[in-house]
Amino acid sequence: MHSFKKFYELTLLRRFAAIFVLTAMFFAGCAPAQQSHGKTVITVWHWMSDREEAFLELARRYQEQTGIEVRFELYAPSEAYAQRVKASAQTNKLPDVFGILGEKRDFASFIKSGYVANLTEAMNAPEASGGTWRESLFPRALSVNEFLNGNEHGVPFGIYGAPLDVMTIQMVYNRELYRQAGLDPDSPPRTWAEFMAHCEALKQKGIPRFVSGFGEIWLIDALASNFAMNIMGEQKVFDTYAGKVPYTDPDWVRTLALFKEMTDAKVFVDGAVTMVNKTAEQTFANSRAAYAFNGSWCVNVYAGMNPTLDYAPMLPPLVNETNPPRIWGGAGSSLVVNGRSAHVEEAIKFLRWFTAESQQAYLCEKTLNLPSNAKSLGQIPPVLAQFADDMDHVTHPSLYPVNELPAVIEAFDKGIQSIMIGEKSPEQVAEEVQRVKEKEMKKQG
Amino acid sequence: MNLHRVRHIVGNYVFVLPALLLFLIFSIYPFYKVFQLSITDWDGISPQLNYIGLANFIDLFTDNPVFWHSMRNAFYVTFLALTVQNFLALGLALLCDRDIKGGNVYRVIFYLPPVLSGIVVGLIWNWIYDGNYGLLNHFLAFIGLEDLSRAWLADSRTALIAVSIIHMWKGFGWGFVILLAGLQSIPRELYEAARVDGANAWVMFRHVTVPLMIPVFILVSILTILGTMQVFDIIIATTGGGPGYHTEVPITRIVSTMIGSSKFGYACAMGVVFGLILLAISMVQIKASKMMRQV
Repeated sequence: MHSFKKFYELTLLRRFAAIFVLTAMFFAGCAPAQQSHGKTVITVWHWMSDREEAFLELARRYQEQTGIEVRFELYAPSEAYAQRVKASAQTNKLPDVFGILGEKRDFASFIKSGYVANLTEAMNAPEASGGTWRESLFPRALSVNEFLNGNEHGVPFGIYGAPLDVMTIQMVYNRELYRQAGLDPDSPPRTWAEFMAHCEALKQKGIPRFVSGFGEIWLIDALASNFAMNIMGEQKVFDTYAGKVPYTDPDWVRTLALFKEMTDAKVFVDGAVTMVNKTAEQTFANSRAAYAFNGSWCVNVYAGMNPTLDYAPMLPPLVNETNPPRIWGGAGSSLVVNGRSAHVEEAIKFLRWFTAESQQAYLCEKTLNLPSNAKSLGQIPPVLAQFADDMDHVTHPSLYPVNELPAVIEAFDKGIQSIMIGEKSPEQVAEEVQRVKEKEMKKQG
Repeated sequence: MNLHRVRHIVGNYVFVLPALLLFLIFSIYPFYKVFQLSITDWDGISPQLNYIGLANFIDLFTDNPVFWHSMRNAFYVTFLALTVQNFLALGLALLCDRDIKGGNVYRVIFYLPPVLSGIVVGLIWNWIYDGNYGLLNHFLAFIGLEDLSRAWLADSRTALIAVSIIHMWKGFGWGFVILLAGLQSIPRELYEAARVDGANAWVMFRHVTVPLMIPVFILVSILTILGTMQVFDIIIATTGGGPGYHTEVPITRIVSTMIGSSKFGYACAMGVVFGLILLAISMVQIKASKMMRQV
């Protein structure tokens, strides 16, 4: 009360000045803290909560070796992280090193806006130990971060990110449940007919069959595109994306019909259509499903949930034996250097160190992810090695010569959900997707 | 007007200035910015904005059935919240308004769901609704209704109602607290006078409680409408808008357009239209409430 009285007794000009100062102080308080104090600090943003501890340990080692402090800042879950990165790009508040989640188109937008440094020169520079940074990394992992000459996004040629790990997204099966069903645990189904026969055998024993986080529609997209590429071959899939083949083509209808076949045979675990992947992982880890469709990161997840789980990876069953199987994979997660950072050189040096053999071996040991550094591969656990064996079948939308439009992808994936709940037929979904495709292509001109 | 008077008036406005500045910066400017972005094809990252006029709005009104379907879903959930949720809140508030034993304990219990995070609530209910090991299916089996068992959130016939129930469970506590506060502000003498005149409980409720509670009912219903139309976290934690588009609501569409499809400008257009619809609903409701008070 006394303060108010004193304030009122001030002259008008002084009152204005006081309010101005207070307002300025308020907004100054809202501003982010500066982090200089004379020494270099590299800030890294990531979303990988399961690796936070290992990252912090490596940051400690790096500071010990170089005197440069690296601050890892975790923002999870990945959706929240993706939003934060986009929002920070809009206000030019990105850190020195960060990861980009999303499609290649998003990656390209970041590059074209100057938020991502071109690492090509650093990747090709000879290292003291011989070879180059580029040569030490798996080419398939690197290619996700690479833009070739004449790419559809108009990004200048170059490598724009460093992969931290490699991954495959494929099927896994529970060997113990196989034994219980009287099936050979060393012979997972290779073809579609075998898969359906094994599902029937599991059903007879009352064992739930197939689970995945199909509530996260990118998993539907991954599985469906595996089937599509096997049924019609990669080129026809790309031709469809380019608008040369309609979704009403019999091969696409056949792809969609596989989901109807699985639905009719009650292959899916109840509720899989809206399940988040974390729940699906719990379901499989607790032996409540014989098959799952998941990424190789699941090795770490299952080890945490059920260390005694007896399982192995398998390729999605072949529908067409004349075409090779295709699964998504490549770089699991990558980090890029902020092109507008004040510490570009230091950040590149750190990334080079971070992806070197011994750091990758440490990350692999602690987080059970496949390392991106080929030299670290000799030190991985057996189950991870089985995933690594399937790397030859890997592809990824980031590597496609042409990508499908987001609205079409959504219509396709949601359409499969509709098939899984028995609401629509494969033919209906194919027609609807084609309608969306034509509309979107018209918009694109 | 002398100088002293002018200084007095200006001096008073100085007190309003900080609030006005905050309102302009945090409310008016963002709204202006959203509208500005809604007439562009911005992808959310690139530094330049391409103005495309009203193309986003035209597409939204003429060629986006999924958005309008999501709006219908939001109205459905809102209708249930306005009726079932608020009647439940009123019933419990009326019970707690009496001097019942342990009344404060009930108040705390009823107020617990609203303070929980929507994501946490969603995860709890995921477990309850689970098709294989869910509590609800176990209960149904226990009482001999096993045939009704299903994956409640994955079945197109039950997904939206299941999500609505979660929302109502989480939300009724707000209405309960506000309605209880309203009930307790009614002078007890009015009830005593009515009782002396021979009024029974129903007559007292109808002729004393309801007329005096109208402003509170209006407040609760406006908050319910605005809160429910913007439901998001529960949907994300349970169905993600699926199966198909059965539990999509406008906010999930806006977010997936913004983040999933990188159509920031289009998502802003959706936001503007959705905001205007909410504004129109609120204005109609305020107008109706004024008319009711006059009656």
